[in-house]
Amino acid sequence: MYRQARYERRLIMEKDGRTDFDLPFDDEGKGLEDYAPSELIRPELDLPSLPEREVVKHYINLSQMTFGIDNGMYPLGSCTMKFNPKYADVLASLSTVQNIHPYQDEETVQGALQLMYELERALCEISGMDAVTLQPAAGAHGEFTGMLLTKAYHAKSGEQRTEVVIPDSAHGTNPASAAMAGLEVIEIPSSNEGRVDVEALKAAVSEKTAAFMITNPNTLGIFESDIREIARIVHEAGALLYYDGANLNAVMGRTSPGIMDFDIVHFNLHKTFATPHGGGGPGAGPVGVRERLLPFLPVPRIVKKDGKFHLDYDQPDSIGKVRAFYGNFAVLVRAYSYILRKGGDGLQAASDRAVLNSNYLKHELKDVYPLPYGDLRKHEFVVSAKKLKEEKGIRAFDVAKRLLDFGYHAPTVYFPGLVEEALMIEPTETETKESLDEFAAVMRRIALEDDPQTVREAPHNAAVKRVDEVYAAKEAILSWRAYRKKMAKEKPETL
Amino acid sequence: MRHQEEMLAELGMRSLDQLFEDIPEDVRTKGLRLPKGISEMEVLREVRQTLSRNLTADDHPCFLGAGVYHHFIPSAVRTILSRSEFLTSYTPYQAEVSQGMLQALFEYQSYMAELTGLDAVNSSNYDASTALGEAATMCTRLNEKRRFLIPEALSWEKKSVLKNYAWGPKIEVVEYSYDPYTGELDLEDLRSKVDAETSGVYVEVPNFFGVIDSHAHLLKEQFPEVALVVGMNPISLGALKAPGDYGADIVIGEGQPLGIPMNFGGPLLGIFACRQEHVRKMPGRVIGMTRDAEGERAFCMTLQTREQHIRRSKATSNICTNEALMAVAASAYLSVLGKEGLQSLAKVNMVRARKLTDMIGEIDGFESPFFDAYHFNEFVVRTPVRPEKLNKLLLKKGIIGGLPLVEHIPRLNEHMLLCSTEMHSDEDHSGLIAALKDVI
Repeated sequence: MYRQARYERRLIMEKDGRTDFDLPFDDEGKGLEDYAPSELIRPELDLPSLPEREVVKHYINLSQMTFGIDNGMYPLGSCTMKFNPKYADVLASLSTVQNIHPYQDEETVQGALQLMYELERALCEISGMDAVTLQPAAGAHGEFTGMLLTKAYHAKSGEQRTEVVIPDSAHGTNPASAAMAGLEVIEIPSSNEGRVDVEALKAAVSEKTAAFMITNPNTLGIFESDIREIARIVHEAGALLYYDGANLNAVMGRTSPGIMDFDIVHFNLHKTFATPHGGGGPGAGPVGVRERLLPFLPVPRIVKKDGKFHLDYDQPDSIGKVRAFYGNFAVLVRAYSYILRKGGDGLQAASDRAVLNSNYLKHELKDVYPLPYGDLRKHEFVVSAKKLKEEKGIRAFDVAKRLLDFGYHAPTVYFPGLVEEALMIEPTETETKESLDEFAAVMRRIALEDDPQTVREAPHNAAVKRVDEVYAAKEAILSWRAYRKKMAKEKPETL
Repeated sequence: MRHQEEMLAELGMRSLDQLFEDIPEDVRTKGLRLPKGISEMEVLREVRQTLSRNLTADDHPCFLGAGVYHHFIPSAVRTILSRSEFLTSYTPYQAEVSQGMLQALFEYQSYMAELTGLDAVNSSNYDASTALGEAATMCTRLNEKRRFLIPEALSWEKKSVLKNYAWGPKIEVVEYSYDPYTGELDLEDLRSKVDAETSGVYVEVPNFFGVIDSHAHLLKEQFPEVALVVGMNPISLGALKAPGDYGADIVIGEGQPLGIPMNFGGPLLGIFACRQEHVRKMPGRVIGMTRDAEGERAFCMTLQTREQHIRRSKATSNICTNEALMAVAASAYLSVLGKEGLQSLAKVNMVRARKLTDMIGEIDGFESPFFDAYHFNEFVVRTPVRPEKLNKLLLKKGIIGGLPLVEHIPRLNEHMLLCSTEMHSDEDHSGLIAALKDVI
């Protein structure tokens, strides 16, 4: 059985020693007063100092209390935690990636520009879009960019469109991104089949609708087979159709946002294109658009002229910038390498296998964990722990925690909200049949466990026991400094 | 392949196509028109070859800064960052198996809290420019006002990003000018622009010109009703006062100098800190200290009710994926440097930049420093040849010059922003001087 390392959780701020760090320069003798206004000189700096040996030990121990995809299966629905191939690590750490400055002369970064240009072309082909910007730093940032493009597009045609329609099964980022761009969110319910309710959509769109945002397949893993009808309704209302690319891993080569008549697409390179998620980021969220939205894309555009690559800022209708520079370049290098390695055939094979794995695993689980809404799924599926909850008092949350004891990351839980006690499972294409069978066996074992208390108190084999999230939110201690102040003032129990 | 057939058989299917029967025929594509896949060896060779057309700051002295800086990265930082548990984990939703990542991020927040002088820090924004956008919207959440003041002396990229973040909440962004002699903020002009509708004032220390603005510590007492947002370079805070100690309500900055390679401008690290009392209005993911079921110290993501996956359209921000691994890099970097290391590095940057400033100032035709003020590791120079042309000439001598300022501040059309850090040896300095003398 799995057992995670368990070290004491003493902060580096609580350790002490002497740093090994030094620089090949003499201190020039003069004091700081010669270099800064006296009112702005720091009187004290309360940071730890440790020899390199202690620093490395500290972080390596921390890494051993962290579960990554390299440690085991990570069936976190909607997050596409597929294996991150190691050639990409090698390439992203080249000096020709790391040691180039974004303001260098174009002449000196032709390799970087060529790579980005070609990645844009590949993403156009995969999505069926006409142009791509690589600038957004993450999926949600891509959504925000897409909403800005939507606003700029309607503003240019002199239209006052202020509403974005979103299905209730959408990722939370969708409504948040629309709201951040100043658009009003209209949520519509799903149909009995777990799809967009076409009648509800018809009723929701109007001359005020700026866009309809969906992901296809949706978060239940169900393909929106009415997509052409949906596109017609949205376009006839004068609105744009936005594709949340979080679930693109299901359909590469089989269909595309372009053929489905979408206008704007964001990609999550850290999902579909296998770049590592880094414990929360960095990701990359490029955005693809149809020709008519191209003039509004962020600057610079990467253009090719006479065999050379250029950064073109001369785009009068552009929304400007959504972040500094050109995008998360080191992530782009990884995604580009992955696309080269897989090729068109390999990308489709990845999607095919992701869908096969998902349907197979669903088939192995559905007698114990019921599957609402029909049968065929794409890359992910949502089952319910409702029966377990009623019969044994075991919630989806408990199943998730118990899985950790067996060396699996948990699925996404309680999302989408339309399924009670939801467990959203996305095995991805990089799991073998054997690992799916083992996972299914563990899921069944948890459901059938003799003592439900073992499940309700899980995990037992992780670095810590169940974490008190309520206490964390109540105290809101976000730094060592805040903790010490609290200690001095209120003397709460020592943590 | 055998497994694939077994799995299909289990599903009662004969081909993979059946898995896609729910896709209507009129939206099906027939594969991708991309080249066929290639071997790992070929990928490594091909990508390496493409990238070999880049000139690196490793091989050529590079005097660019302006938001991204060339600093020394201790080898231990690379070792720590290459740990695949950190690299390949997702956002730490499952706290019990993510204690290491959570603690590393809590330590990052703790480091930033100490440097900025504010108790609440999030676990990262995308970069300094998006942190500025989020800071402006947070000011409006704090006081319901919608006029945000920024310095004219600011990168145009930051201004553009801010404009996009301000578009939705209809925040009016107004610029205040700088003193043409010192490059510091023009206090009179700022005073004339702060009014009852002003939500916040943004000031950078050091500013876009590298100038350590001697007015910064006066702003809170001048404008007590307005939220003060300070932008900083974290390395400078080894020597400079914590902005929280002179009244900043929000402190943001670019964390890239803390052990993160330049990477052609990404990934970067947006630092975001605020006063504890405003924590529920802040954007982004935060890690809190708590306890487990046995009362032992533990960490988890907290205050998630502010966030998009729960609050949806009412969230404080849409941010989901952030720059967590870069925050771990910053934390590991500061741990390797230690207190004395950071103090010495901050001072060395000032000393080295001053030295180069003075050396350039001695060349006929150059005005250096152009601004009469204290500088951190960047400074503006007025050049006798157009900066763009000067850079081309320097490049022929294998030197990557500074940033021409005209795109950012149109009236500084004969001016260049140069940066010097601990990466430049005395030979790099004298090489630049010789080249400058030679080309004019």
